[in-house]
Amino acid sequence: MADNKFDTPELREYPIIPKLQKDVMAHSKPFIAKEPHQEPLGFPGELVDDWHDVAIKKMGDLQSKYRSLQVYLDSCVKCGACTDKCHYYVGTTDPKNMPVARQDLYRKVYRRYFTFAGKYFPKLVGATDLTKDVLDDWYSYFHQCSQCRRCSVYCPYGIDTAEISMAAREVMDTIGVGQKYCNEIISKVHKIGNNLGLPGPALEDTLEGLEEDVEEETGVAVKFPLDVKGADVLLITPSADFFAEPHVDGLIGYAKVLHEAGISWTISSHASEAANFGMFIGSYDNMRKLAMRIREAAIELGVKRIVFGECGHAWRVAYSFLNTLAGPWDFLDQNYPIPQHICEVTHGLIQDNKLNFDKSLNDDMVLTYHDSCNVARASRMGDKAGGQFTIPRDIIKSVCNNFHDMSKDTIKEGTFCCGGGGGLLTDDLMELRVKGALPRMEALRRVVEDHGVTHMAAICAICKSQFAKVFPYYDFSMDQIVSVHQLVSNAIILTGQNDENDENDDGNHPQQDIDEAA
Amino acid sequence: MQISMLSMSIAALFYIAFIILAYGLVSKIIQYKNTPAPLKIPTMPAPTTQAGVVFRMSKEVVFFESLFKSSKATWLFGWLFHFGLFLDMLRHLRYFIDPVWFWVIIIQPFGKYGSILMFVGLAGLLTRRIIVDRVRYISSPSDHLMLVLLLCITTTGMAMSFYLGADVISVKSFFIGLMTLNIQNIPADPVLIIHLIMVASLMIIFPYSKLLHAPGLFFSPSRNQVDNAREKRHISKWAKELEKN
Repeated sequence: MADNKFDTPELREYPIIPKLQKDVMAHSKPFIAKEPHQEPLGFPGELVDDWHDVAIKKMGDLQSKYRSLQVYLDSCVKCGACTDKCHYYVGTTDPKNMPVARQDLYRKVYRRYFTFAGKYFPKLVGATDLTKDVLDDWYSYFHQCSQCRRCSVYCPYGIDTAEISMAAREVMDTIGVGQKYCNEIISKVHKIGNNLGLPGPALEDTLEGLEEDVEEETGVAVKFPLDVKGADVLLITPSADFFAEPHVDGLIGYAKVLHEAGISWTISSHASEAANFGMFIGSYDNMRKLAMRIREAAIELGVKRIVFGECGHAWRVAYSFLNTLAGPWDFLDQNYPIPQHICEVTHGLIQDNKLNFDKSLNDDMVLTYHDSCNVARASRMGDKAGGQFTIPRDIIKSVCNNFHDMSKDTIKEGTFCCGGGGGLLTDDLMELRVKGALPRMEALRRVVEDHGVTHMAAICAICKSQFAKVFPYYDFSMDQIVSVHQLVSNAIILTGQNDENDENDDGNHPQQDIDEAA
Repeated sequence: MQISMLSMSIAALFYIAFIILAYGLVSKIIQYKNTPAPLKIPTMPAPTTQAGVVFRMSKEVVFFESLFKSSKATWLFGWLFHFGLFLDMLRHLRYFIDPVWFWVIIIQPFGKYGSILMFVGLAGLLTRRIIVDRVRYISSPSDHLMLVLLLCITTTGMAMSFYLGADVISVKSFFIGLMTLNIQNIPADPVLIIHLIMVASLMIIFPYSKLLHAPGLFFSPSRNQVDNAREKRHISKWAKELEKN
């Protein structure tokens, strides 16, 4: 935060559509991936000599593999319905952050090389050659899209800019221009199994440390099992849940719920990551390889169910793609959804009165809920459309007395991205992240002022990290973002739990060295 | 009967336009149909049944539901134009069928006023394209010209319907003649000829322009997919190949 060379946008009283200011974000570019982070993913280490031809060939290849891409490139009528819908446009006012203008960076090249009109009348239809300048624009602006799909809700044809930005990133990867943040992380998962590059022993230490903390606090020996064969549930959770705040409080919440329900569960050191950054770079191949680790772990451990922790894009990959990428899941228990979200599990247990809560334990907070984009617009929970909106809210209301939603056009299917999704949660994009958070910050400010909201809950590791980082820019404090299962953890009364005022320490715990894990 | 040079030219133009439209459109539809959609990407919340998808799609096609959510002005002008166009196209069926179906006769007066809806809608869309900075920024010359072309078709049509009149009997026999490969004379009425040349141009442009949004909507995976990824495995042919390794 030291090199804060940009101005944080001011929160506006009434969000009016800003006037555009050309190229004000043209300088925003994430670090480029070097060879060690490109090759494990199957991409060249630097810009290849015949990049132009390779790129055009790749574009043609992707158009023939993805109907979405082909149809979306042809169908846009430039009606402008999406122009004010992107949080990055609202926050930066750069016209190339309008969804249609972002798509057009790709579409104008498509038209030039793949359509009759663009080949013979390029000026008339706004078609251009793929030049180095265009490639620069691609790198800059396709890394200013968090693939949140908000534009696709409002487009009369459902055109989803995420599909275009995924394709653009895959074309760039193919010619050797990858993004360091995503590709470095993906290579770590291929090698070690999680985004952090956290090896099995360190993970074991961390989980033991958590067991001690929970036992000390509650007097109940809640386990955080790792690689336990024959467990019923394989828990796949974002690796941020092992360390980051407030993520880890969410993980404690899942553990307490599973413990209280008597469900045997385990984490896998082979598949210790719910995140799947293969989606962000549009690479089916990489996404599939990452997903296959989950299948391998499930088979090896002999589990019956797979449950995902709180993570937005991971839930998209899990809910919408896992069956495609790594299925069929005929060896799992078919009586449960495959995979299941931890919120679905907790919600079901609440419905069945299997959990006891003291809601007053969350009375120090007034909550609101941030719908994470990938959960809201790219997945579902429960068996009815829209369950992804009602289930987390039902959980919050079951464990908290004070809840207020933010204004209608900023939640549910119209929710604004946190500003850090889609592979942009990196310090080299801090300006973009701060500015992109503007619409959410405005909506939050309104409920803070009107309803005295003190905390915002979320079910996405990226949202939580992003808000913890950008809140201070908008005069909120970083601990005002909480996990939904942190609220569950606060309020749940475990069987045999110490009285709140009971100070007695129930024994000595061997002091583990958990430093290396941090 | 002597067939004029003008009639021969207009007839040729319409044959060519029809072939280009049909070929272009059919090949695009085949391309969309044959291109796999490897992943489930409906914009959620989405229907969980096929019947639900039909309902969602009908709301998009008939009412432009998503556009209504996003911009009321664009929705109003866009919908007026398309609804007017729809009425007018039904009205024009009388030039192509004989005897004219009962319901086509019934809608004739409504169709006539459809042109007013078209005019208001198109004028609104063009104005918006020029005065709203965001929409101006994303517009290419072709986006403006497309609206101008449609406006010219509408105004020439309105001029004939409301003021000048046209020899509709001859127009009809010309088009019936075209369809039965028995070319007839077209009245040498300049407004009519301009109207027809522009309609033929629109037919030619259609499959090579953004007018592909018409078939495109039906193939849009974010709108036409059922939300059932967990229940039913969705796998494309090329993705299936990857599983062999």
